[in-house]
Amino acid sequence: MPLNSSIARKSLMALAGLFLAVFLPVHLGVNLLLLAQDGGRSFSVAAEFMATNPLIRIAEPVLFLGFLLHILYGLMVSGANRAARPVGYQRPNSSDTSLLSKYMFHTGLVVLVFLALHLADFWMLKVGLVAPPEGIDRHDFYSRALILFQSPWYSSFYIASFLFLGFHLNHAIQSAFQTLGVNHSRYTPLLKIAGSVYAVIMTAGFSLIPLRLAFFP
Amino acid sequence: MNYTLRIWRQENAEAKGSMVTYKVSGISPDSSFFEMLDILNQQLIEGGQEPVSFDHDCREGICGTCSLYINGRPHGPVKGVTTCQLHMRSFKDGDTITIEPWRAKAFPVIRDLIVDRSALDRIIQAGGYVSINTGGVPDANSIPVPKEQSDDAFDAAACIGCGACVAACANAAAMLFIGAKVSHLALLPQGEIEAEHRVMKMVECMDGLGFGGCSNTYACEAECPKGISVTNIAILNRGFLTASLMKQKEKPSKGDSL
Ligand code: HEM
Ligand code: SF4
Ligand code: FES
Repeated sequence: MPLNSSIARKSLMALAGLFLAVFLPVHLGVNLLLLAQDGGRSFSVAAEFMATNPLIRIAEPVLFLGFLLHILYGLMVSGANRAARPVGYQRPNSSDTSLLSKYMFHTGLVVLVFLALHLADFWMLKVGLVAPPEGIDRHDFYSRALILFQSPWYSSFYIASFLFLGFHLNHAIQSAFQTLGVNHSRYTPLLKIAGSVYAVIMTAGFSLIPLRLAFFP
Repeated sequence: MNYTLRIWRQENAEAKGSMVTYKVSGISPDSSFFEMLDILNQQLIEGGQEPVSFDHDCREGICGTCSLYINGRPHGPVKGVTTCQLHMRSFKDGDTITIEPWRAKAFPVIRDLIVDRSALDRIIQAGGYVSINTGGVPDANSIPVPKEQSDDAFDAAACIGCGACVAACANAAAMLFIGAKVSHLALLPQGEIEAEHRVMKMVECMDGLGFGGCSNTYACEAECPKGISVTNIAILNRGFLTASLMKQKEKPSKGDSL
């Protein structure tokens, strides 16, 4: 397999992206338990399951690799694409095309910044790098999430990030199938709708939590 | 009708070019875009200036020679036509029209609005053909081709190799062009035999020439004067991925030991 060819790179990126897209609803499902009015019991059960289930333990490094692959190839592919037109046009292109597809790198970058902060918050907590704030005795993911979502600033940033992830996903799902060579006159139009519905559900679902906790407690 | 034209002027491949503004007046709305440029050039020649160089040949939309990036779109504002089929009635009186050459690393500017598109020829040379031994003409019905396949192959074969897809693409990718060539040949029994070899060779050649990759933005399909569909890019991707994954180990050639 000529791994260095443009099509192979893009296909690996699409596969990694689809893998990430499968993980998102799982994460969303656990997060939504934050809204259960039971003092964090069900959320903690789910978090415990995620932390101990052997299948999930195997999936975690794979997920990490998936992100790494997608991001590295994203940078590589975007760089090569930019280099293909060293002298640009005076009049910007006004062809009739999908707008979001031109900003995959930018929307991806916003998600990357969010991801870095998110990992810093929760991974550092997991390995015990951050001390619990004054007056909090139980310092786990649940209390950490509640503390963060009390800040309207953090919550706004969180919602904005998921808006950009939604933009990314809206183009990404059908695009990944096209990249992998799947295009069918009957199913591709349905796939495009399904991709957009998926994107809206992800953005709305993740945003629901800060909306409820920070803005409508 | 009167127009202000902003045109890219560049003396040769090495020179640094720039946009130059010209005015043309008294243009008939029924004149073609090239007739308008011919009038401008006559004006320039009479004024002792160098005429604007641009590519054109058949002037009826079949050869793929004409180009021009007009107001941010290859082949101008009308869908499904080449620049030679564009008429001045598609613009408003008093419009400013910006005319630029195709821009891509693989398409260097030769002079003014003319770019070197031989990169597309090199991709064809790499695999865009069917190897046949010449001989007598085969009977018309000796190779059956299903009607749908023949229609799809014909649609793909409508590509005239103009390069508008590359010019429109945010990544200057040639994927629509290659997709058209790959599926046009692979859909027919005569071309199917070499399909795997062809797709590998053409993609390898494309990557080496400095074209970008596909982001599935589909500006190519929107601007293609022949309405080539991006379905052909999926066929190209599918063909390349299966050919790469399914390639057998090379067998030692038996002929060599003789
Ligand atoms: C949960 C997070 C993410 C998911 C689910 C995701 C998913 C996807 C998918 C499925 C594609 C389509 C691939 C294709 O067009 O064939 C894609 C494209 C892309 N992604 Fe992501 N992605 C995520 C995060 C990121 C991040 C953090 C970056 C960082 C730079 C990024 C950069 C890109 C770029 C640049 C493209 C388009 C490449 C191109 O077509 O030129 N993505 N993404
Ligand atoms: S695919 Fe369309 S735009 Fe591209 S070279 Fe062929 S005819 Fe021109
Ligand atoms: S001059 Fe032949 S297609 Fe335009």
